[in-house]
Amino acid sequence: MSNEIQSIVDRYDSDRTRLMDMLWDVQKQQGHISDKAQAQLAQALNMSSDDVSETLTFYHFFLNKSFGKHQVYLCNTVIAKMNGYHDVRKALEQEIGCSFNSVDDSGVIGLGDANCIGLSDQEPAMMVDDVVFTRLTPAKVKEIISQLRQGKSPEEIANPGAIANTELAYVEAIVDANLRTDSIVLFKPNRDYKAILQTCLDNYIPEEVIEMISDSNLKGRGGAGFPTGLKWQFGREAEGEEKYIICNADEGEPGTFKDRVLLSHSPKDVLLGMIAAAYAIGSRYGIIYLRAEYWYIKEFLQQQIEDFRDQGLLGKQILGKDFEFDIRIQMGAGAYVCGDETALIESCEGKRGTPRVKPPYPIQQGYLGMPTSVNNVETLACASRIIEKGAAWFSDMGTEDSTGTRLLSVSGDCEKPGIYEIEWGATLNEVMTMIGAVDPRYVQISGPAGDSLSVEQDGEREFCYSDLSCNGSLMVFDHTRDILEIVRDYSEFFVEESCGICVPCRAGGVDLMHKMERIIAGRGTEQDLEEITTWSNLLKGTSRCGLGTAAPNPILATMDKFPEIYAEKLVVQKGPLLPSFDMEEALSAHELAVKKLMKEEV
Amino acid sequence: MSIKLTIDGKEVHARSGENIIDVASQNGVYIPSLCYVKGKPCLGTCRTCSVKVNGRVMAACTMPVADGMEIEVNDDAEIVDMRKALVELLFSEGNHNCPSCEKSGRCELQATGYEVDMMVSRFPYRFTPRVVDHASKTVFLQRDRCIFCQRCVDMVRDERTGKKIFSIKGRGTHSSIEIDAELANDMTPQQVRYASDLCPVGCIIDKTQGYDDPIGQRKFEIKSIKDRALEKEHR
Repeated sequence: MSNEIQSIVDRYDSDRTRLMDMLWDVQKQQGHISDKAQAQLAQALNMSSDDVSETLTFYHFFLNKSFGKHQVYLCNTVIAKMNGYHDVRKALEQEIGCSFNSVDDSGVIGLGDANCIGLSDQEPAMMVDDVVFTRLTPAKVKEIISQLRQGKSPEEIANPGAIANTELAYVEAIVDANLRTDSIVLFKPNRDYKAILQTCLDNYIPEEVIEMISDSNLKGRGGAGFPTGLKWQFGREAEGEEKYIICNADEGEPGTFKDRVLLSHSPKDVLLGMIAAAYAIGSRYGIIYLRAEYWYIKEFLQQQIEDFRDQGLLGKQILGKDFEFDIRIQMGAGAYVCGDETALIESCEGKRGTPRVKPPYPIQQGYLGMPTSVNNVETLACASRIIEKGAAWFSDMGTEDSTGTRLLSVSGDCEKPGIYEIEWGATLNEVMTMIGAVDPRYVQISGPAGDSLSVEQDGEREFCYSDLSCNGSLMVFDHTRDILEIVRDYSEFFVEESCGICVPCRAGGVDLMHKMERIIAGRGTEQDLEEITTWSNLLKGTSRCGLGTAAPNPILATMDKFPEIYAEKLVVQKGPLLPSFDMEEALSAHELAVKKLMKEEV
Repeated sequence: MSIKLTIDGKEVHARSGENIIDVASQNGVYIPSLCYVKGKPCLGTCRTCSVKVNGRVMAACTMPVADGMEIEVNDDAEIVDMRKALVELLFSEGNHNCPSCEKSGRCELQATGYEVDMMVSRFPYRFTPRVVDHASKTVFLQRDRCIFCQRCVDMVRDERTGKKIFSIKGRGTHSSIEIDAELANDMTPQQVRYASDLCPVGCIIDKTQGYDDPIGQRKFEIKSIKDRALEKEHR
């Protein structure tokens, strides 16, 4: 076996559950993970090669063959498409000299697509290796590619001042924070973390911390809205030799980017929240699962962990108490479904990110089979404020059932896209005014998996768990936008990101996407709409995880809110041929064959 | 602990911890399934065992029974149709040509199709091109028929090393079933037979031995998949 692979395996004590890290290390070192490297990893870990490949091929950013020295991934969300994506795409193909999903002739640059990379407030954007470039134009693309060709690294291009990647200024050189509101709960500057934790540990036993979080009525900010105090209480009561805290920083829901800004501008809020959770539950190990799209934050975040270790806030005997806790960062590798907590745990264990069957729930049996509390980045940051200011301070804000604040990641047709902190209870109209949306018609909240709103019908509805239970993503579309095309794009997204483990989501999602294509092409009938409804119910009812159950949401919700745009497209059958029958498409294979054969004859 | 629940309105007793599919079976109610194997950990991949529990759709294989549960299997037209639709989805997603398949008459997907009264798939057939893998000496993979139940992935291991012989590559619609040819070459004839019998469809085919039961006397022609599932419980 090569020394390189062996030293990578040794770095993780030949622990099979750290396969994700090993794959990243091999790829960083060798550019991709060849069949040979897979075989060597497999041998060292007593796995079959196919078993290594099973994990590898699940993730978008792991490469099993060379994809150039540098990899360019252009984000292809609907928001990007509203901001000049198509021109940028053409420019990339022209400048690099290859089409998408291929490598240029010199083997220097590979070009591919990416789903939302957490930059909807500054699209079009692309990843190049570990950094990103935002607000792209064809001219900017030309400049970047030419510098790459001259041998500059993407880091040098994105960060010409050569700021260390452990500094916030490095992250700021690469992306804008676009923080649009003053701090209410989150983004509080100049906090004395040591004093806050000291006060907490001196004055409260773990049960009291849980009580405080329960009294604050803090609910999970990832979208499901499970009471955080209750989750921690279950975690405390659950039996296990070890217990784990996982911070879910895999925000993959298209349109959301609040965790990116939280982790770069208030990272220690999140770390302190994890420490509080660990103290409450009785955990010694924490993991931050950071999506691969955020590599450029990783070293900065790691530095924050180091700072806390130096100050005695992490490690053994934290602040002199009999309390031990430390945190590692687990990099993801490009899979939306890993936002599901059980899929995320599978990924942390070095496996395919397929959601587990539930029950049991992670709080009983999670990471490595032990009780695990998976919490959203924002939830943990809120918790760090609650242990500082008390439950009443927090629950005085917002509404009865939704206390505190909500971060909104705003993108689309408005003057000021970016991050907004609102108190729960704000109405959709108030938010539209705040963000400078001039002519909003359709708002997609909580990403494609969430709800579709008509500003005209839903303007006075409130953001709160009992009404507009928003996970933070808010995409605004004005009257010039093609809603059907947006919805079709979302349905394609779900097909691409389905893990494929269950039948309804893997197979049914494709059929729903085809229905949308048929309607857009003007070949849909009333029967297609009826079938969309029943097939959607099939996915919603029988899918294994939230991805499959949510996949039909954009179609169903827009059919409900904007029935007229569907009705306009419908046709009535005339004659014996079904309207869905596309004569041109049916004959296209014949045409192709004829063309090919003609060529061969010549 | 003994608990009480209802299945299609009929009160039944069960031990807590058992799953719905087994409890229903013990009480003479057949719930189709293409991935669940009694006594093995639940895979929860095919979803064809979906039932309604207190009005909510759940997979019967992964859901343990609880006191007071109201379970609908055949009393609710919607859930009956959902199970049928899932079977139909599998027929349109893969390429299933029963008359030319070695497993015909022994195929759980085919037999389940009969049980759910399927005539034709309501979903458009996709005719996805899939490539046969014949690299191993013992079995070949007829991928047209794979339904990604993952039985082979989870339940067939190399007897010496415990390594996976079968695995899934890619994700979503790009998934494919893979076989480690070297490990497969070391499979004993008994293990090959176990794997091909375990496969609910005709994807894992024994290269060394064919089927010799004549039409009319094949496994599910002698006794239906439903009767076999219920009989297991009363044995």
